[in-house]
Amino acid sequence: MLRFIVRRLIQVVPTLLLLSVLLFAWLRSLPGGPAAALLGDKATPEKIAELNTVLGLDQPIPLQYIRFLGRAVTGDFGNSLITGQPVLVEIGRALPATIELAIAALLLSVLLGIPLGYLAARYRGRPLDTTTVIGTLVGVAVPVFFLGYLLKQWFAVDLGWFPPSGRQAVDIDATHVTGFAVLDGLITREFDASWDALVHLVLPAIALATIPLAVIVRITRASVLDVMGSDFVRTANSKGLAPGTVRRRHVLRNALLPVSTTIGLQTGLLLAGAVLTEKVFVWGGLGTLLAQAIERRDYPRLQAVVLLGALVYVLVNLLVDLSYAIIDPRVRVR
Amino acid sequence: MTSLLTRRRTRIDELGGRSLTADALARLRRNPVAIVGAVIIGLFVLISIFAPLIAPHDAAAVFPELQRTLRPDSIPGSMPGFPLGSDQNGRDFFSRLILASRQTLIVGVLATLIGLVFGVLIGALAGAFGGWVDTVLMRVTDVLLSIPSLLLAISIAALAARPSQTTVIIAVALVNVPIFARLLRGAMLAQRDSDHVLAATSLGVKRNAIVVRHMLPNALGPVIVQATLTLATSILDAAALSFLGLGDGDPARAEWGLMLANAQSYLDVRPALAFYPAVAIILVALGFTLLGEAMREAIDPKGRR
Repeated sequence: MLRFIVRRLIQVVPTLLLLSVLLFAWLRSLPGGPAAALLGDKATPEKIAELNTVLGLDQPIPLQYIRFLGRAVTGDFGNSLITGQPVLVEIGRALPATIELAIAALLLSVLLGIPLGYLAARYRGRPLDTTTVIGTLVGVAVPVFFLGYLLKQWFAVDLGWFPPSGRQAVDIDATHVTGFAVLDGLITREFDASWDALVHLVLPAIALATIPLAVIVRITRASVLDVMGSDFVRTANSKGLAPGTVRRRHVLRNALLPVSTTIGLQTGLLLAGAVLTEKVFVWGGLGTLLAQAIERRDYPRLQAVVLLGALVYVLVNLLVDLSYAIIDPRVRVR
Repeated sequence: MTSLLTRRRTRIDELGGRSLTADALARLRRNPVAIVGAVIIGLFVLISIFAPLIAPHDAAAVFPELQRTLRPDSIPGSMPGFPLGSDQNGRDFFSRLILASRQTLIVGVLATLIGLVFGVLIGALAGAFGGWVDTVLMRVTDVLLSIPSLLLAISIAALAARPSQTTVIIAVALVNVPIFARLLRGAMLAQRDSDHVLAATSLGVKRNAIVVRHMLPNALGPVIVQATLTLATSILDAAALSFLGLGDGDPARAEWGLMLANAQSYLDVRPALAFYPAVAIILVALGFTLLGEAMREAIDPKGRR
């Protein structure tokens, strides 16, 4: 098992290296380079040359890349052009907010999606199934940011049930231990702070969960239908096992394999969706960092956030592959 | 595309059998989901073709009589000559809504088409030749696939000094390339070991001819399905880019994603400005998804009875 993990981890390295080369090449392939983009309408040849010297962009490109790589390995991704702070420090500060939001959305989509998909398959062709299938199709067609604004307008502005933006009310003086607002409150026994953070989480988490939820429902439904039609389920039924036992031990267990793969793939969607959701709800996580970086053309920050996003995505999918060995005894780790 | 499929069908019908394509098309016609999807797409295409005839005004034209009625807390609704009233800048909302169908279609179709052409090219090269060509091309493809698609589109679109329709199309198209490449390579690999390719090789058919005439046509089914689904995601991705300020900056052109993004700050004042473009995007994305899913079902051998 350990050898398998190590081998898979080593396979991640070339992926990231190639990714960094691509990102790097893109940034340097701009007409006029990042300097022109940074200066925008104020760009003159002299100003571009000046900024290029400051940013070290007048060096040969391979040399620039090697220097970038050398610093990146030691965790130095340069300083943000907006704040002047090290990009890694900024990311570290913003990361808990995004992870908290992503976990909330993932929990929501898994805890609702698997039962819903299972029920739809079990009552195939009935109104429950039809409604669910239509719901999933519409769910993936709604732009995430529009849904976010709708939720905000209805449940925060009009009804006032939830706060419209932010992670915590300003008048709450919470102690920060881990950076995860809900967890911090529990650790320091400031339960009102925890509760407040939780209430703030509801609307963004729903907005972010829609697409993963729709996908998980559909995969679960298809997978359960597939397994229900298989020979071993027929055998189990004909030898007189209780229907409940067949459903639990034979159908569900086997049907969940493809679902676990999907959940891994959804983390990518969550990261991307977080950019949109965080902008709507002024969340202050990675998505906010990225949105700012886009607006102000902050390339060091952009590069680091995208690289980190890819790293997280690759690692989560590695974890999913490993979990296969636990869920499915047929998969023997080599 | 339809003509191509029908031509194939008639040829095989003359031979007395029913081809797999004809079989799939017959199943598609019986599927209500496919019909709903096709009707939505048909309407959308018709509107975008005849948009300049339907729309009473120009997309960029600002009307003083509309502008005069704009208040910070109210934007006028329906008025004589302006069926849906004004947008936030004193332009005819109805005309913009209609004309935007064309821009949205252009962005969706071009982003999908460019992605498809390059993806198919890469996938065909990798799948047909194998060896180091395959290894190199697929490594790069895998890396591109390891970045969440919207993040990739964002990083490409953000490279442009001034975002435009072209940068949006390029960004979304590049995201689509690895998807098609992977898909086609898999289909080509399956073809390479199949009996009909072995037969053609034994008959002495040239390698290029085998790839182009025997392998590619048989591998295209899943690609066409994916293209239909990709049209939906491309339109949604373009809308997301607009929302992040990476959309088409040209005010003379109306585009649903951009209209929706710009209307967010007027949700209080006049929700219709956001609702209509949103509903249009949702319907179109839904149409392509429905048709794509129905096509996937139709070509799935498991569905054959």
